[in-house]
Amino acid sequence: MTTLGSYLTVSAILFTIGFAGVMLRRNVIIIFMALELMLNAANLSLVAFSRFRLTPSGLPNYNAQVLVFFIITVAAAEVAVGLAIIVALYRARRTTHIGDISQLKF
Amino acid sequence: MMPPLLFWPVAAVMLVFGALVIINRNPVASALSLVVCFLGLSVLFMSLDAFFIGIIQVLVYAGAVMVLFLFIIMLLDLRAEERRRTNWLASAGGALVAFCFLAQILAVISSTKMSRQSFPTLSPQRVDDVHSVGLLLFGNYNLPFQVIAVLILAATIGVIVLSKRELR
Repeated sequence: MTTLGSYLTVSAILFTIGFAGVMLRRNVIIIFMALELMLNAANLSLVAFSRFRLTPSGLPNYNAQVLVFFIITVAAAEVAVGLAIIVALYRARRTTHIGDISQLKF
Repeated sequence: MMPPLLFWPVAAVMLVFGALVIINRNPVASALSLVVCFLGLSVLFMSLDAFFIGIIQVLVYAGAVMVLFLFIIMLLDLRAEERRRTNWLASAGGALVAFCFLAQILAVISSTKMSRQSFPTLSPQRVDDVHSVGLLLFGNYNLPFQVIAVLILAATIGVIVLSKRELR
């Protein structure tokens, strides 16, 4: 029996994997991928709530799906800008390891 | 809705490949694991009758974003990462914090009555969800939609400026 709780549990585990990735890994690109995992975990719980909390007319709550659409759009823009920053950083410092990048000033 | 016999294997594959993203030492392998994780996530979206979001997930994430990631990984030389030693004490501390976080969220989920709710039946005269999401997007949420368009324009200009100028 799949309930709302099983979807929320999967979403919580996925969010924790992303959280652990941000804390454990030292490579900027892997940290960025873990951020994407966390955004997608939030999307999964939003879509689950949209399906389980119906509107009075018996339809899924489409407001949540519009919010997921906006999150995906902002995440795509964020990936483009973030990867451009990583490439600029790599050209200046020849590394993507966060231990080597300890100053804001270049 | 999706039968439990199908839901749990899909969720397990999705979570295993999500974990492989942060376990793999090779960034290309992590990026490919992330693609499989996103595909599993889109199957879960479709099991929740959100077909539009599932398609968008495949097109935008598994298509565009991951190709961008792979391009950047292959552009940079990331061999040095594999030679570094891991600090096991710091890793254990981080894993402990993440585990405590997960335990807290799961405690909250299991304590609410709402989480035991099973799939409610949809009304039979429902229209396709692209129609409904599109109506909301261009009606109720028209202003945020245009703000998002300006945001993407700003991101595009920002990326061009960042990649043109030398960072010295």
